[in-house]
Amino acid sequence: MATLVQAIRLALHVGEERHGVTDVFGEDVGPPLGGVFTQSQGLRTAWNSPLDERGIVGTAIGLALAGQRPVAEIQFCDYAFNTVDLLKLAGGVCWSSAGDYNCPMVLMTPVGSGIRGSLYHSHSFDAQATRIPGWKIVMPSNPLDAYGLLLSAIADPNPVMFLAPKALLRAKAAPNERIPGEPDDDRVLSKMIDAPLGDRSRWRPEWPAVEDLFVPIGKARTCRQGRDVTVVTYGRMVPVAMQAAEQVAADGVDAEVIDLRSLAPYDWDAIRASIKKTNRVLFLNEDTEVTNFGEHLLRRAVEELFYELFAPPKLLAGADVPGIGLADNLERASVPQVDGIVAALRDLARHQP
Amino acid sequence: MTTTTPRESTGADETALAPELLARMHEIMVRARCLEERLIRMNKQGDGYFWIGGPGEEALNAALGLLVHKGQGPQYDYLHLHYRSSATLLAMGADPVDALRQMKNTATDPYSGGRNFCNHYSVRKWNVVPVSSPIEVQFSMAPGTAIANKRAGGRGITIVQGGDAGTAEGDFASCLVWCSRPGNELPCLMIVTNNHWGISTPASEQHGEKHIADRGKAFGIRTAVIDGNDPETAYRELRKAMDYVRTERKPFLLEAMVSRLYGHSSASGANFISDEADCIPLFERKLEERKILARAAMDELRARFTQELLEASKRVREEPQPRGEDIWKHVFADRDLVHESAERPRGGNGAH
Repeated sequence: MATLVQAIRLALHVGEERHGVTDVFGEDVGPPLGGVFTQSQGLRTAWNSPLDERGIVGTAIGLALAGQRPVAEIQFCDYAFNTVDLLKLAGGVCWSSAGDYNCPMVLMTPVGSGIRGSLYHSHSFDAQATRIPGWKIVMPSNPLDAYGLLLSAIADPNPVMFLAPKALLRAKAAPNERIPGEPDDDRVLSKMIDAPLGDRSRWRPEWPAVEDLFVPIGKARTCRQGRDVTVVTYGRMVPVAMQAAEQVAADGVDAEVIDLRSLAPYDWDAIRASIKKTNRVLFLNEDTEVTNFGEHLLRRAVEELFYELFAPPKLLAGADVPGIGLADNLERASVPQVDGIVAALRDLARHQP
Repeated sequence: MTTTTPRESTGADETALAPELLARMHEIMVRARCLEERLIRMNKQGDGYFWIGGPGEEALNAALGLLVHKGQGPQYDYLHLHYRSSATLLAMGADPVDALRQMKNTATDPYSGGRNFCNHYSVRKWNVVPVSSPIEVQFSMAPGTAIANKRAGGRGITIVQGGDAGTAEGDFASCLVWCSRPGNELPCLMIVTNNHWGISTPASEQHGEKHIADRGKAFGIRTAVIDGNDPETAYRELRKAMDYVRTERKPFLLEAMVSRLYGHSSASGANFISDEADCIPLFERKLEERKILARAAMDELRARFTQELLEASKRVREEPQPRGEDIWKHVFADRDLVHESAERPRGGNGAH
């Protein structure tokens, strides 16, 4: 089964072979490195850019306006903050020109903590990204969704941000999450598409005949059905929420876990239906908690579903501090952990109508 | 087409331009001036919330518009313009009434549907990309369209225009770096219109470099510093620079010294500043001396454009305003218009 980062690479390959991707570019994206996480190894259209995030985003906009189909990368989302006005510009191309232009670009960037990345390799970007209208924003939590969301992003005529949870990049797909056409044996896939260590100047990938698969942007996935409490989450927090759900199941609390997958547009229908069923909801992500995307969802839940709720809805998010500290205790104190989620679920479940 | 070798500074290329071309440039310059004056009046009379535009840059911008290889898709020139580029748009054939519509923010404004300030154009059929109020950001975008130009293999180039003050932004450096990557040089003409002002701050207080164009030299980029107030010089120097970019597929940085005749915008009063050189009377004196146009004909032209635009502004006043619910339109595109209007891209085999 492909890892999440292999799934990204396979989608980029399919994108450039079948869906018109003209450029996969950014810092260290081309040979010899092929991406700091190996995500762009062996791709035909991959190239290295100057170390200039504004140039990367700006050039992607220019390529898109000229009818190319770029996939640009910011090496870590921590380095996207100096591009925010350009992201605003890309999001406003269609609107500001009253539909004269569209801007079909994909911006990929690894996000979040979990690799002990300290201050500049642990940021989240979902709160920032969802403040920029005109962008579609997707964030997979597993290889199959990464593959299908990236292909949908490539096919979309609008700017799409693909936030890759970096702590999950090496996570393998579950047995039922096979990319159609990928080899059954992990070692075979690795031999085909992972660049060798050392000199790779003569190496060429052997791409498996993977099939198209488009995960629709704006559609959530219910990863666990439950009756008692809903967890609405995405990205790296999905497997953490699943762990917490298994723990509380032992106490008889049956949690439903929704992986949002798309933050813009987001699947309100799925959230509403689940809250109507469980009457209790926890919004969970790892970005800092003040003006957090989960706060928006929570506000909407209160406004629209107040009389459905048996318990005050909760948000569990990152601590509102300037960075993620390097020491294990500091990182763990900064972003939600299984124990905190378990406690929140128990607390929600305790409330009765 | 022979390869030209533009000089590093203003030269004395006296190759005469045809009288018809000079008369044509004059007409565009006058029309652009009358348009800007009408826009300023509309703003002062309450027919628009804000004015910003290009009086004082007509000589350079008219010449530029006439030299553009106009069309849609990467075989043609891409334009990342300034909000002072009205003369360029008119030279390309834009209807000046559309600029009045944008000033009056009508639903009929073809550039933004009443959303953006005046002189913020967007014309996909001519590769004019949407102008944004922060101008210098376009220098970060220009390498992208220039890559597409190079990849298309024709003679299309990218033209990006900004002011002198904006070059302090990192985007200007981005453009220099990205357009001069060894082996991947890009067909990009960077134009800096130097009016010695950054909004209300004089350049002399903020910029120590002798010429902004000198910054190109560190990257091996050809440069020129020209008198942008003289349409003949502007036309010849732009043509030379564009020929070089079209033929060599490499960047060129052109700094044009221009005037700013009505200040930065309506925020600074938009009143005529008489102590700066005005390209139109300067050019008209020459045209008269050389018996290309008579004084009376030029006066008549100006009166006619003024009257036409006055009447048009009255008609525009009656056109519908956008409705509140229109804000929800065009947040997302449902069609890939830019792809449809470009040639099928050829991925991964060309310039980047």
